[in-house]
Amino acid sequence: MLIWTPILGGIWVLIAGDRQEETVKYFSFAVSIITFVFSVILYCQFDTTYAGMQFVEETSWITAFDIKYHLGVDGIALPLILLTTFTTILVILASWEVIEDRISYYMCAFLILTGLMNAVFVALDAILFYVFWEAMLIPMFLIIGIWGGPNRVYATIKFFLYTFLGSVFMLVAFLYLYSVAGSFNIEALHDVPLGSTAQKLIFIAFFLAFAVKIPMWPVHTWLPDAHVEAPTAGSVVLAAVMLKMGGYGFLRFSLPITPDASLFFSEAMIALSLIAIVYIGFVALVQEDMKKLIAYSSISHMGFVTLGFFIPFAIVAATDSNSGAIMGMEGAMMQMISHGFISAAMFLCVGVMYDRLHSRMIKDYGGVVNSMPYFAAFMMLFVMANSGLPGTSGFVGEFLVIVSSYQASFWIAFAAALTLILGAAYSLWMYKRVIFGDVTKAAVAELKDINAREGFIFFLLAIVVLSFGVWPAPVFELMHVTVEQLIEHVLQGKIL
Amino acid sequence: MNADLIIAIPEISLFTLACLVLIVDAFSNDPQHLWTYRITQASLLLTLILVINAFPENTVIAFNGGFISDAMSATLKAFMCGISFVVFLYSYEYLKERQSLQGEYFVLGLFAVLGMMIMASAYSLLSVYLGLELLSLSLYAMVAMQRDSDSASEAAMKYFVLGALASGLLLYGISMIYGLTGHLQLSNIAETINSDAINRSYLVFAMIFLIIGMAFKLGAAPFHMWVPDVYQGAPTSVTLFISTAPKLAAFAMAMRILVDGLFPLVADWQSILMILAVLSMGVGNVIAIAQTNIKRMLAYSTIAHVGFLFLGLIAGTVSGFSGSMFYIISYALMSMGAFGMVILLGRNGFEAEMLDDFKGLSERNPWFAFIMLCLMFSMAGVPPFLGFWSKWFVLKELVASGFVELAAVAVVFSIIGAYYYLRIIKLMYFDKADSMTAIKSSKLMRIVLSVNGLLILFLGLTPNALMSLCLVALSG
Repeated sequence: MLIWTPILGGIWVLIAGDRQEETVKYFSFAVSIITFVFSVILYCQFDTTYAGMQFVEETSWITAFDIKYHLGVDGIALPLILLTTFTTILVILASWEVIEDRISYYMCAFLILTGLMNAVFVALDAILFYVFWEAMLIPMFLIIGIWGGPNRVYATIKFFLYTFLGSVFMLVAFLYLYSVAGSFNIEALHDVPLGSTAQKLIFIAFFLAFAVKIPMWPVHTWLPDAHVEAPTAGSVVLAAVMLKMGGYGFLRFSLPITPDASLFFSEAMIALSLIAIVYIGFVALVQEDMKKLIAYSSISHMGFVTLGFFIPFAIVAATDSNSGAIMGMEGAMMQMISHGFISAAMFLCVGVMYDRLHSRMIKDYGGVVNSMPYFAAFMMLFVMANSGLPGTSGFVGEFLVIVSSYQASFWIAFAAALTLILGAAYSLWMYKRVIFGDVTKAAVAELKDINAREGFIFFLLAIVVLSFGVWPAPVFELMHVTVEQLIEHVLQGKIL
Repeated sequence: MNADLIIAIPEISLFTLACLVLIVDAFSNDPQHLWTYRITQASLLLTLILVINAFPENTVIAFNGGFISDAMSATLKAFMCGISFVVFLYSYEYLKERQSLQGEYFVLGLFAVLGMMIMASAYSLLSVYLGLELLSLSLYAMVAMQRDSDSASEAAMKYFVLGALASGLLLYGISMIYGLTGHLQLSNIAETINSDAINRSYLVFAMIFLIIGMAFKLGAAPFHMWVPDVYQGAPTSVTLFISTAPKLAAFAMAMRILVDGLFPLVADWQSILMILAVLSMGVGNVIAIAQTNIKRMLAYSTIAHVGFLFLGLIAGTVSGFSGSMFYIISYALMSMGAFGMVILLGRNGFEAEMLDDFKGLSERNPWFAFIMLCLMFSMAGVPPFLGFWSKWFVLKELVASGFVELAAVAVVFSIIGAYYYLRIIKLMYFDKADSMTAIKSSKLMRIVLSVNGLLILFLGLTPNALMSLCLVALSG
């Protein structure tokens, strides 16, 4: 239902065409709301005490090779699905007046994209997962390419080829696993014993796919380009959901399928994560383009996610107990969710300004608060959340990861904690230059404040960011059992 | 009736009908050649029905071991007839538009189809060669049919000279195999080789000639030089024909010779094919990037696809061969659609040959831009289109046979290949159109091409039936 509602809706929108623009918009909005309602219903019926897959659907698809249409959710997938469906509502609202060219294609692309993203999170057959994972690139490729900025062709082809390159190796890994296990069922693959060399190679193949998607340093270079050129809504989806797929991939594939290789590579992964956190933080500091700045800050924040995924190995080695490991991984999950909301909010803020002045350069603004006071207030909140201020959701995930990594090593925690300073520095410095100061440009003085639609979007996001910041328990409750089980599974190892 | 003749009824009837077409055309004054065309299509349909009707339950060998009727030959023949039917439909539109209709096109086409069917059913080296030459000679003449076109004449000359060379090499290999084993029939050859009575190095030497001959015909690197020139120089209708059904026949030939005849030498031909496959994928994908002419680009993409086709053979298992068969059938379907698009966009006096002719197609005609989008993503191997499954199938079998490194090399090349397919999509969707000329073509052409494109998507969503068909066809 979650998959096919938006896809069918998207196809209907496409057929309806450009003739009835208003209908198309309202219909797409309705579809996104319905999808969100479905995901909320899923959440209400979800049993938080059961670690395995729930709501499993299984029908045969390609009988010749025993590939099944096999879906299900667990505590890791469900929060991400909620994030996806929520974000879809935002992006459809955000593009309400902005997109004038080929609106029906646009809505169609986003709705289909939503369906495919949901599908990626629920697929339990490796090949089904791969099909959705790759198919997702097509709408995103078109979104950036058709509605993007001046350098969009370069950015979108780079985006496509980069992610395609990563994921084909994952395909080879799946095929190899099939030749060993005789099944594409992901849960079955979790229990296949593998030799240590095979695990390492498979881990590298998975790493290429997911590290590009997350993206980790040094394979992150497609992200700033894609973000800068994509339309606002495209950036939002990219940052809020697509990056999370890399993280999801690590949790669903790398860690459980190749636990021993993950242990072997964990130090390297922690090192790469720290480089991303610190180095990319510095890179963000010197950006002059707001979207680029946020893109780099995304990479830096995603560094926390990978740190949280691989720090458990170090924690267990240091303390011999699972509790710190669980904390680190849950912190990383929380970071994924909260970054989804915060980065979406940040990109929407830039989008709002871009719609008015058609510039993303920091130097073209200054003193925006004088003409857009409400906007400035909202943006203040999101910038604070981005820099990890306590009371916002950004704080919770980062804090948990830092605290847990302290159990592993003081220096890892220290390096990770640097980001609180760096994040605050680049976020607030940008905010200061854009929002405060004297109005020096005539164009800025004439800016109109946000309208009701934009205000509503920001309002929704602000509520989420604050409520998760103050009371994140529901999210943890949702994923706790699954993460616990995952950690146990991973620590057992399954070497041949 | 003689039992041998009954088995060959599809071929015999096609041959008779081709002669009928020849006579009808000779006595018709119609510049539209309507009846020639109708009888051609009817005879293809009839042959298709005959092939499906007489789908063999078990393998039968006829004509003193020269002719075999099995599930693989019947499946391939059915696809050859079906694909040729659509190809002639596109071609008729193309030729009618340009007032260059000649009845011979259809006669030669039918003879070419006959040649392909013989190749699919050939069970002795001589009948392989017979079918191949019938196909090739028809194709040479078809390429040269526009006598006043320089490029077509050049292409035909090149095709003929290199094709004759390839036939010579193949024949030389055949003669050596005959000299060594004393047999022409494929199963006898395999038995003799198995008995270890013959020095292996002589056999490998002969086999190399056979493989080179086949590589020429398939257009695998480094024997690919003729492919781009012929694809570009020939009239689009002929390029369309060359790039579709004959590929199935070439696959059948490779299967017959390498698997039915020379399977005892599998370790030897695997390593040779490996070199050919990697070279083809490399040359095809890399050089295609530099092309500005879409026919030439598709020619290089064919070379790359042939490389992938070899991968399934290299796997050396029955399911690997099924993978190759699946690959070549889906390739023929995609190629048919892609050249169909080139025909659709052209009009009299104007060929939509350059990549730039696709600029802004999504504004000129969103529907066909979408069809082309499906075709290009499919060729690039992006799910959920058919092309993904064909690559997937071949790679899966390759990995199952232990060639993981080769599979990794293949996927890297397919990434390089994705670039030039994406470029077409970029031209169609991201660039502004130079002119807003409406697409002019008959309703029938539009419908068939749409079905063709949607079939790629549909088979991509439900590849099960075609996969099972290919598996059954080879395991029987």
